[in-house]
Amino acid sequence: MSEQMQTIDNPRTAVKPPNPRLKNAKIAYNKLKKNKAAMIGGFMILFFIAVAFIGPYFTPYAPETQDLVNKLQPPSADHWFGTDHYGRDIFSRIIHGMSITLYIGFFSVAMGATVGVVLGMVSGYYGGKIDTVIMRVMDVLLAFPGILLALAIVSVLGPSLNNVIIAVAIFSVPVFARIVRGSTLSVRKLEYIDAMKALGASDFRILFKHILPNIASPIIVQATLSIATTVLTAAGLSFLGLGAQPPMPEWGAMLSDGRNYMYNAWHVAFFPGVMIVLVVLAFNIFGDGLRDALDPKMKE
Amino acid sequence: MFKFIVRRLLQTIPVLIGVSILVFSLMHLIPGDPAVIMSGESAPEEQVENMRERLGLNDPLHVQYFNYVSNAVQGDLGSSIRSGRDVTDEIGGRFWVTVELAIYSTILSIFLGLIAGIVSATRQYSFADTALMIVALFGVSMPNFWLGLMLIQWFAIGIDLPSWVPFLEDTAWFKPSGWGELSQVILPVITLGTSGAAIIARMTRSSMLEVINQDYIRTARAKGVKERVVVYRHALKNALIPVVTVVGLQFGALLGGTVLTETVFAINGMGKLIIDSIQARDFPIVQGTILVVALLFVLVNMLVDIAYRFLNKRIDLE
Repeated sequence: MSEQMQTIDNPRTAVKPPNPRLKNAKIAYNKLKKNKAAMIGGFMILFFIAVAFIGPYFTPYAPETQDLVNKLQPPSADHWFGTDHYGRDIFSRIIHGMSITLYIGFFSVAMGATVGVVLGMVSGYYGGKIDTVIMRVMDVLLAFPGILLALAIVSVLGPSLNNVIIAVAIFSVPVFARIVRGSTLSVRKLEYIDAMKALGASDFRILFKHILPNIASPIIVQATLSIATTVLTAAGLSFLGLGAQPPMPEWGAMLSDGRNYMYNAWHVAFFPGVMIVLVVLAFNIFGDGLRDALDPKMKE
Repeated sequence: MFKFIVRRLLQTIPVLIGVSILVFSLMHLIPGDPAVIMSGESAPEEQVENMRERLGLNDPLHVQYFNYVSNAVQGDLGSSIRSGRDVTDEIGGRFWVTVELAIYSTILSIFLGLIAGIVSATRQYSFADTALMIVALFGVSMPNFWLGLMLIQWFAIGIDLPSWVPFLEDTAWFKPSGWGELSQVILPVITLGTSGAAIIARMTRSSMLEVINQDYIRTARAKGVKERVVVYRHALKNALIPVVTVVGLQFGALLGGTVLTETVFAINGMGKLIIDSIQARDFPIVQGTILVVALLFVLVNMLVDIAYRFLNKRIDLE
């Protein structure tokens, strides 16, 4: 009240009221900071990103250099994670593979989320026939269990890393569409949206300027958790030989190579898998923490 | 209830139509001429023409779709490009292998997941809770194909451990591949069931915690009801309601997961059939198998929804 009066009386010395969105973000950040697991996850993610950017400059060997004399060597001081069937250094390949994994994760979720968010908002905002059509299409996509939808898409497009990204992106669209539709439905009926309509704001403006920022929390949480699923799915497709093609140091493909040498070289399959687990784990615990921090029910 | 079942049945129709359109389109979304791709790049023109005729690609699209669906309804999913056998026959025996694998894994994941979830929730913040939830977190983060490989490495091939490690000298107890014998079933079921168990454990825990903090549980405790009865009779029953939905979704995820598990353990189920056929560009089989798995999933989801409705009488009031 006093702030308002001040604004009216003397606009020049007016104290700008704090942006409520920033305030909420601050509360969420403080809560996130208290959540140890989430912070560990967050730091792991930052570390992985740093490794993806800087790591390749510091690897002891080039990822594709073959050294057939030293093939299938167990871990040693020279080769920390051992060597594969071409004598390539597995540690170096894993470091180079980090950027591929993160690229798949971020890029496909960004694509899937963009499409899913737009479809979900349109569905929830307009309702009626558009809603029915969009949601029935999403139901159909969800009728393909697990990895199967991505598999079907890659089988059609042909095996390659980019096709895996497209497939995994499509695979994550319905999840976003459903969540966003629900959130949009709950926001749509609020008074400030009616006010915007009365002021003559266009639907586009209402959707992207006024609804989207208010439903951002569940989208951010889902995006974080989706990266985890995406990394797993993409690695699975590469493992099946439908994703990254040799000699690319993609972890799923490396695992698939390792499978053929399990009787004499356990480490070829072991280390890439450990890395997948760590990356997925980091996104999972960070996502869980974000969900707790951004959950409006849990606000102090 | 009867009305609900009928409505739920009717609701699946558009989904089924959508699924059939999508599966039918697979063949047409292949970049390039499917007839050329399936007869091989270097095949003579005549052979390509035969293939086109055989796949019915000369008909208008809607006629092709209509034929596909009407044949599929009669159990005719076309024939394999490679072997020439009916797709239905190719799927035949493999269907039960995959379903068995998915069911055993679901049972395992429900069993482990519920126990872990209940133990965790009833001893919140204890060592057991923390340990179980960390294990569960690894469970959801682990690629099942990697877990499968590691289990094979440890329990089917065996690893050289230092001689001072007791009991674990020779751990190659199971067979690394195949399906049927007990020694072939255990590892794939663990592989496939682990992530489901982890998800169910996490869900059960949070659902139990929510219920345990409610007034009627406090009332029960205040009345002097034994803790066991409170947990198992009062809390668990209501806590299980949301878990049912997760179990249904998990069964679907497991069905999809069979693709990887069957590949790792060389099990001749539908999952491996899909992969082998994708690599052989044998699209009628890819289409047929994907269709069957999706139908199975839609069916299971419907049953789960009905079960959910049955358990949760409160929905009826809405």
